[in-house]
Amino acid sequence: MPCDEANHVCDKSQYKEASLLEKIKLNLHLIYCKACRGYSKNNAKLTKRIEAAELECLDPKCKEDMKKDLEKALKEQLH
Amino acid sequence: MPKHEIHPDKWIDLYADYLFNYTVTRVSDREIAQDLVQDTFLAGLKSMKNFKGEASERTWLISILKRKIIDHYRKINSNKGKAEVRIQYNDAESEGDWLEERVADPFDKTAEDSMQNSELGDAIHNCLGKLPKKQANVFKMKTVLNYETEVICNELNITASNLWVIIHRARTAMADCLKENWF
Repeated sequence: MPCDEANHVCDKSQYKEASLLEKIKLNLHLIYCKACRGYSKNNAKLTKRIEAAELECLDPKCKEDMKKDLEKALKEQLH
Repeated sequence: MPKHEIHPDKWIDLYADYLFNYTVTRVSDREIAQDLVQDTFLAGLKSMKNFKGEASERTWLISILKRKIIDHYRKINSNKGKAEVRIQYNDAESEGDWLEERVADPFDKTAEDSMQNSELGDAIHNCLGKLPKKQANVFKMKTVLNYETEVICNELNITASNLWVIIHRARTAMADCLKENWF
């Protein structure tokens, strides 16, 4: 497995979307590839931190609506 | 010190998620949080003249939002009637304004936990703010809103392999950005 594929599988596994075979191949790759080991480690930490922070975001559609309202209010204010 | 400027047309892209995250952890209701954030932007618009540029736009908006959140707690208190005011302290030695205390810490976690969480949340939102807009959008939809890959691809009109390239770049940048203080 080449490095770019290893990183891709590592990204997918952060979202539990990597297959068992992919994960086995990734782990074999990590045994001999130091660079990808580093990436995997940081990537897993990022996932943990984001889970710990219990982040909340607005839905993009909802942001669009907010934008429209704000633009309307801005226009009204300028007139 | 350079004066900060005000650009209401960029507020939603730059601050909506940050303010929403801040509010949701304090009022524990997504719909109410969304309304409070919207109210904050509209109030900010009305009092733009008062913006002196001494603090950043974000700090200024947060100060408006904080007042909105306190108002919200006042309002639900008066809606529920006087019975609600009679919150008893268990021992005679505790005293204070119960309303303010509820505003400061209205969630079930210990104060320390939530403080750490909101610091970490702030740090993550700061890093998200440094990503290019499209990267930030895709990353948030995938990682925070937990949308299916297919849904994001349809919505943004990109292919799955596009999506994974963007996610990879975003994750690399996010890890770099958080490395110093949080890894």
